[in-house]
Amino acid sequence: MLDRETPFPGAARIGLTGAPGAGKSTLLDALVRELRPKGETVAIVAVDPSSRTTGGALLGDRVRVRSGASDPGVFIRSMAARDQLGGLAESAWSAVVILAAAFDRVFVETVGVGQSESDVAALVDTLVYVATPGTGDALQFMKAGILEYPDVFIVNKADFGAAAKRTASELRGSINLGDRGVSHTEAAVILTSASAGEGIDELVSAIDAHRQKLIDDDALRERRLRGREIQLLGALERRYGAFGIEQFGGRRALREHVRQDDSVSAFALLARLGLEIEEALRKSH
Amino acid sequence: MTAPENARRDSPWMFRTYSGHSSARASNELYRTNLSKGQTGLSVAFDLPTQTGYDSDHPLARGEVGKVGVPISHVDDMTALFKELPLEKMNTSMTINANAAWLLALYVATAERTGADPKKLQGTTQNDIVKEYLSRGTYIFPPEASLKLISDIVAYTVDSIPKWNPTNICSYHLQEAGATPVQEIAYALATAISVLDLVRSREDVPEAAIPRIVGRISFFLNSGIRFIEEICKVRAMAELWDEITLERYGVQDAKLRRFRYGVQVNSLGLTEAQPENNVIRIVLEALGVTLSKNARCRALQLPAWNEALGLPRPWDQQWSLRIQQILAFESDLLEHEDIFDGSHVIVEKTGELKQAARRELDVVLEMGGTVAAIENAYMKQRLVESQTARARAIEDAEITVVGVNAYTNAEPSPLMDGQWILKVDESAEQEQVERLVEFRSKRNRADVESAVQNLDDVLRNGGNIMPASIRAAHAGVTTGEWADVLRSLYGEFRAPTGVVATEGSGGSQATANTRDRVHRLADTLGRPLKILIGKPGLDGHSNGAEQIAVKARNVGMEVVYDGIRLEPGEIAASARDEGVHLVGLSILSGSHCVLVIDVLDKLRELGLGDLPVVVGGIIPEEDANKLCQAGVRRVYTPKDFDLTRIMSDIVDVVEEPSPAA
Repeated sequence: MLDRETPFPGAARIGLTGAPGAGKSTLLDALVRELRPKGETVAIVAVDPSSRTTGGALLGDRVRVRSGASDPGVFIRSMAARDQLGGLAESAWSAVVILAAAFDRVFVETVGVGQSESDVAALVDTLVYVATPGTGDALQFMKAGILEYPDVFIVNKADFGAAAKRTASELRGSINLGDRGVSHTEAAVILTSASAGEGIDELVSAIDAHRQKLIDDDALRERRLRGREIQLLGALERRYGAFGIEQFGGRRALREHVRQDDSVSAFALLARLGLEIEEALRKSH
Repeated sequence: MTAPENARRDSPWMFRTYSGHSSARASNELYRTNLSKGQTGLSVAFDLPTQTGYDSDHPLARGEVGKVGVPISHVDDMTALFKELPLEKMNTSMTINANAAWLLALYVATAERTGADPKKLQGTTQNDIVKEYLSRGTYIFPPEASLKLISDIVAYTVDSIPKWNPTNICSYHLQEAGATPVQEIAYALATAISVLDLVRSREDVPEAAIPRIVGRISFFLNSGIRFIEEICKVRAMAELWDEITLERYGVQDAKLRRFRYGVQVNSLGLTEAQPENNVIRIVLEALGVTLSKNARCRALQLPAWNEALGLPRPWDQQWSLRIQQILAFESDLLEHEDIFDGSHVIVEKTGELKQAARRELDVVLEMGGTVAAIENAYMKQRLVESQTARARAIEDAEITVVGVNAYTNAEPSPLMDGQWILKVDESAEQEQVERLVEFRSKRNRADVESAVQNLDDVLRNGGNIMPASIRAAHAGVTTGEWADVLRSLYGEFRAPTGVVATEGSGGSQATANTRDRVHRLADTLGRPLKILIGKPGLDGHSNGAEQIAVKARNVGMEVVYDGIRLEPGEIAASARDEGVHLVGLSILSGSHCVLVIDVLDKLRELGLGDLPVVVGGIIPEEDANKLCQAGVRRVYTPKDFDLTRIMSDIVDVVEEPSPAA
């Protein structure tokens, strides 16, 4: 199954990131309630950080999503970010690819800790960032220099009133200042109240509009390819180290390989390139 | 041994026993017996379906009807519960929260039916939803809707049932959930403030009524074994309450600023090992809230010595009532002014607690109050941290618990011969369901429909829920129907578990050893050991499950914890989707047999019959054997306080070959 990726464009792949307590789980719950009655099937990959010292992880954040045991149209798999510190589980990548073959939408939920936004962005078609009103995290976000990744910004808990509106306008202001090169389109800023179910339909529309624009501009294929490139290079680097990549001719050479073989499944390519690097490593000894 | 002739005795606090089980009729008999033994107030325990707004025949109610309290599905049940008890003279405390408005409406309707004047009713609805999110778990609706309901009751009772305590702000359950005295004081006061602020902002509440409303706010406290500190805690709360009600609400009449509270002494600290020692613990804990006259409780309920083992019998409850009577009537406790006035030790300690509590209270208020601090899980996380620290201290014997981690060598207890806990009659559920079906068939459909419609209209217009609920009670609306109207309007809430951010590495050598075993097992499995902690059924006491989850993470496991109130089918489906190596179930409501076997069945249906299942809870040995025969691999009870050992045991279970036939 891993060797046969689905036809393009296939399932919508959507990332959901934001600080702990921003209400991502409640939002996912609201999204499931919005999408299921329309007949759309939903898979959720929830990534939680694992402890650096113990390796253990508490995967409790999905607690507010009630799928109902009887609904096969909802699938939730939580996993720990095992390999990269604070980053995304490598297995999240394969999970997204597999689930995209079976569900209409695949959501990837992660705790935003700075560097992980770029990781999630590489995994999905649309990245949604969830901000909490009044916490100043819009500002933190801007400082961290990752403002260019999200395609849709949400200010959740819009029932907080004035604080929510202020955060939204701060975000609108700073997005325009930022470099929007990566995300291709103008980012939307939406006010939601997940607990009251408000703004959810608007969020779905914004996600769909973003993806449609990518398709219309013929940019979705490029985004997926770039994502695949990042995942493959990352995976190879973790397996064979910088030295291994060097033996192959460096990142640039590898990247060209990935680009050339864009019709081959990522997993087949990973296996093949792995063999080639091993071969190169053997020769170097 | 008699009192000096001129000694002026204070009148004693109210003696209560938290009780109710099986059916309204059985509980009514129990209440009348208790009153005849000298109990002076009633404390009604409702079963979990009633507390969470389900009729006795709802699928989620299965196995829970009549277990931890009495099932009340409609006005006939309530009438049967108080048969031949003069409501105008009773003082009735009802432990009811999410749907407090409904149970109070049934109580009022019962009074009206039996000719009692609602204005003369005295008692308390617990009606504190904040601690339900933090600890007890019988919430239904989201925080804001819940607070609105609380304020409805407050606004209604102040004129219509003026002697009623509309909300009993609970720090009791915060202590059970791990709160330190400072957290207990701060979070309880924060809750009271959030209720009063909301009430004050209501258009239908005149400014002039605020002092009277403040005067009706009461508290429900815990009292632990560190009883000197508890005395100081209560004095600190009383002083802070006096200050807050004056500063924040401008209450000039000192009487209305008085800190009025009831107590149930600590049940969490009662031990399964050498349970007879619990009697001594209960006495000391009772002293903590009765010794200081200025901070003495208004009502006291004492648990039974064997509560850590199962449901207490009438004799066990009588023993606890006698403790109260001996304290109040035999000893000279009630003959003195406050014996701590002038004690610099007590004054200093009280001052320290006050200061620290003020700081923590400010943190919560700055966050936006208790609703914000629930939604962002701040309070819950603090509690889980405190609880984790406490569990570790017991495990490492930094805290001495006699009979548990010290002085464990003991003679067999003669108290535990024969049938020494109460068994709820298994036919109680069936009979209750039959009565309910019959009740429904006899109602006037048009009345019911119009009352339900009226309730819905009132809620949609933001009106007070009480009058519409009383009308619905008279019309024969059921507990489930009433709650369904609210559920469809407000939605159902799932609270944050608070376990995610609790970090705790390191620990003892034993913890390190277990962590090594977990890591080695991961190598064999090809991925980290992943377990699911599930709480099936309606029981919301999640502290045990949370502690297990945190500990499992700290020994390197990946833990999926989905929170409370899950159907067996949901747990099984989650075990499949998540690809776990083991399922751990936690149940404290006594319905373990039905629910655990349901989970095992559902797992088998999904082809996961080999997946190891372990269970934790207050589970008598007989039931434990039954569960093991049904396929459960291990049963843990409160005597297994060493969480590290449980973790090591879980590794054993996963390593063992499946015992499949």
